[in-house]
This record gives sequence, C-alpha cells and structure tokens, in this order.
Amino acid sequence: MREGPAVRFERVTLSYGARSIWSDLSLDIAPGTFVAILGPNGSGKTSLLRAILGLVAPSAGRIEVVGRAPRRGDPEIGYVPQHSSFDPELPFRGRDLVRLGIDGHRWGIARPDRAANASVARALADVEAQAYADAPIGRLSGGEQQRLRIAQALVGNPRILLCDEPLANLDLRYQQTITDLIAGWRDRTGGTVLFVTHDVNPVLRVVDQVLFVVNGRWAAGTPDEVLRSDKMSELYGSHVDVVRVHGRILVVGESTESGFNIEEPHHQPAVVVDHGDAP
Amino acid sequence: MDQLLALLPYEFVQNAIAAGFVIAIVSGVVSGFVVARNMSFAVHALAELGFTGSAGFLLLHLSPVLGLLFGSAITAVFIGTLGVRARGRDVVVGVVMAFGLGLGVLFITLYKGYANQAFAILFGTITGVSRGDVFLLVAIGAATLIALAVVYRPLVFATVDPEVAEARGVPVGALAVVFLLIMAAAVAEAIQVVGVLLILTLLITPGAAAERLTPRPGRAIAYSVAIALFCTLGGILLSLITNAPVSVFVTSLSFGCYLLARFAIGPRRRELRALPARAETSAAVAREAPRTG
Repeated sequence: MREGPAVRFERVTLSYGARSIWSDLSLDIAPGTFVAILGPNGSGKTSLLRAILGLVAPSAGRIEVVGRAPRRGDPEIGYVPQHSSFDPELPFRGRDLVRLGIDGHRWGIARPDRAANASVARALADVEAQAYADAPIGRLSGGEQQRLRIAQALVGNPRILLCDEPLANLDLRYQQTITDLIAGWRDRTGGTVLFVTHDVNPVLRVVDQVLFVVNGRWAAGTPDEVLRSDKMSELYGSHVDVVRVHGRILVVGESTESGFNIEEPHHQPAVVVDHGDAP
Repeated sequence: MDQLLALLPYEFVQNAIAAGFVIAIVSGVVSGFVVARNMSFAVHALAELGFTGSAGFLLLHLSPVLGLLFGSAITAVFIGTLGVRARGRDVVVGVVMAFGLGLGVLFITLYKGYANQAFAILFGTITGVSRGDVFLLVAIGAATLIALAVVYRPLVFATVDPEVAEARGVPVGALAVVFLLIMAAAVAEAIQVVGVLLILTLLITPGAAAERLTPRPGRAIAYSVAIALFCTLGGILLSLITNAPVSVFVTSLSFGCYLLARFAIGPRRRELRALPARAETSAAVAREAPRTG
C-alpha cells in the first residue's frame, strides 16, 4: 500500500450546480510529497479538499485516497480548515479541541481515558502549545489557534494532511513557524501534505509539487516547471509574467484600463514589499 | 424555615419540588449548548409555538403539557428542515413563529375554559402541577437527558468546530435537527416553571453565567446545572413563602447569578485568562491595581 499514490485523481471533473469548477484533472501524489495547491479565489481549491474528504462527489472521473474511494470521516486524513475564530467566552480549551481529533466523532460521552490524554499531551508538545493548552481557546491569538488546529489534525496519526489556507491572517513570523511545523511532520512521518494557499512564497522552501488551478484549467509539477511565464500565460489565457525577486515568486498580470487582466493569486502587499526578511 | 417545613407535607409542594428538580437539570445542560450555538431566538420561537400547541390541546381537552411538547417539537422540525440549508436561519424562525403564534391566539379565543390557563402557560405554574404531570415531566426529562448523552460528543464537535466535525464524518446537519428536538423538549419542561415569556431565564442565563466561570466544557455544564437548580428550587421555595409567582423569583435569582459570575467571580478566575501572551499584561494590571485602589 505504501508504494501506491497517497492521493490519485483520474480525469476528475468537479461541478457546482451547472458550473464546472475544474475538469479532467489527472494527478498522482506520492506519499511524503508536500503539494501546494494554488490559484486565485474561487478557483475551486477548497472544493478539491472537500472532494478528497468525501464531502462532494466528482461529476466525472475517480479519486482515490490511499487506494480507496474517498469516504467521510476517513481516519487516514487530518484536516485543518480555513480560519474561523472561536467565541472568546466559549468554555473550551485547546486541549479539548485536540481531544476532539481523537474521538469527537464517536457517540456518547467521553470517559476518562489515559491513553487519549497522553496522545493529546504528545500532540500539544509536537506543536509547542502546552503553555496555553488550558486557556479559553477563543482568547488565543490566530497563530496559537492554528497550532492547536494542527495538533488536532495530527493527533489521530493520519497519513495525509489537508490544510486550507493555514497561513491566512498570520504575520510573517508565524507563517514560517506553521510551515515548519507541517514540513517537520512530513519529514518525521513520511506523511503527505496538500496545502491550499493563495501565496506560494511562505512554503516555497518545503514544496515538492504545485497544483495551479485557474478558470477550470490546471497545471501540476515542481514549482520551477509550473511557475513560469509561458505556463502561466497558457493557463490564464492571457499574458502573465512570473517574476522572481529576492528568492520570491510573483505572478503578475498585465495592467489594463479596468485594472489587471488576471486576479493575482496573491493579494497581500506584504509579499511584494518584503521588509528585512532577506539580507 | 418553619413555614417551609410546614408546607413540605402538602402534595402540591412535593410535586413542584420534584418537577422543578428534573426541569432544572434538563435546562442547565441544554442551556450550555443553546449559548454555545447562539440559538436564543430559536428557543423563544419554540416556546411561543409550544403555547400554540398547548392552547390547541386545551381546546381538544387534551393534556396541555403534551400540547406544549407537540407544538415546540413541530416547530423544531420546521425550523430544522426549512432552515438548515438557508443562510439566514433567523428569518425562517421568525416566519414560522409569527404564523404559529397567530394560531395560538385563535385557539385561546375559541377556548371556553378559564383564561387563567393561558396565563399559567405564559407565566409559569409549577405549583399547580399534578402528580400525573410530574411523572410526565420526569419521563420527558429523562428521555431528553438520554438523547443528549447519546449525541453529546459529536454535538460538542459540531457546535465548536463544524468544519472539522463534518470532515470527520459527524452528521452536522442531522445533529442540528436533533438538537432542535432536544431543545423543544427542554422548552416544554422549562415552561412549567417560568412560562413561555420568561423561558430564556432557564434556557440561556444558566449557560451564559457558567461560561464566565470556567473554560472547561464539562465543568461549564455542571455549573450551568447547579445554577439552574439553585434558581428553580430557590424560586419555588420563595414563591411558597411569599405567594408571589415563581417566575418572579427564578428570573431574579438567575439574573443575580449571571451578574455575580460575570462581574464578581469570573474576572478573578486565573484559568479564564489566556496564558503566556497575557501573563505579562495581567501581571502589569495587578501591579497597577494597588496604586489606584
């Protein structure tokens, strides 16, 4: 089983109502690969994760997760959802959130369980979140909450980790920390990471493959194969430049009278104007 | 105290205390979830349409307690199925509530019995429950608590973290409907004590006070139950002594608990402060406090 792809797409088309989000996607993702899924807003990146989770069915083609059809609640998959905040008064701790990752889906009331508590403690230690694991979760910073979410996703020892914009709303320092945590897990366990992001730069050091989706079309390969002006122009169907500045990659559209000819995948000015990160 | 002991042998007093005990436990547990899921408006709708059900059953000479349950359960199903997929669930709640309450007014107008039956449903009538009602309330309460115990973990998951819960295979949509039905039963119970119009005092306030006291989910439920028990039994006893309606005392006691939890006890609890980031700021506050005081 280990030799087969962690995730396989065979001519997959995904539609939302009558609208096709992307079509004819074929891709094998080998175990241990860190894949960045890129593309402008609304290009179906989240839907791709939902299809792997078995929450939406493709309208054509076949998806396989570790050799099987996707199924809801697959314990082989850990999931870090798009940022959503918790009510500051919610009586709930990081420790409780991580515990949900072990048996939160089971019926009944949780009984005291030493093995589960030990797994939670280990997962908290892995993301260095012990110091605030007992504080109300809604009063923690976005970065602290994100560490806890990663601990929750990994506590069940999945083989595949799906992350939906885990760096959104984080400052540059925390973007690095979270990236290192996830890459560290991949290196340690040989797990596979599918990482949805609108900006490839924070994860560029650790990414093996990128999957770029635009207007129903897609391109996959190493960052050097995909993030090129010719490839991106083909994908967008209009003139696009891929520029490398200070070790960063920017995808830039032509300016026209009505703005730009593409919606640029990264829209954070912090990426373009980079203060003091590179020497 | 002597007055109270003198009252205890009366059957209506025993009935009220027994019913109040069960009702308070159910209300305490459910209110924790109502607060976390932000469903105050739905509670109100279930209560008002419980009134409609109750008035309808009175008209047919059936048990008003069962009528309450029937009315609020039908409403729960309506809100659950019409509103689960809609973005503005509040709108669906409002639409269903307005129509149902209109029906209730019609039923009460047609009902030739005493008007104080309607008054009792609106403002609570725990000292008037019969032995038969007590058994009925205990049965409904036990069924509600068992249902809650069965769905407890996935319900917590779906409440605090719906996206991941869905990904882990928790039936989030179905649980929303199940919880509405649990709420419907809790509403039918709590109405016996405080009535339709004051329902929130037992189904919101205990949970809202408890979340100011602890960040631990299990403990929050326990505190919520303790507060609901204190307010309900305290309210019944004070009402017996003074002859004023129970709901007056329950609402005052629960509001007092909330104020205490929010402004007196809660702010002193160290476990409620977020740790290291805020450790410095709270230390700074503590250092400044004596200077001002």
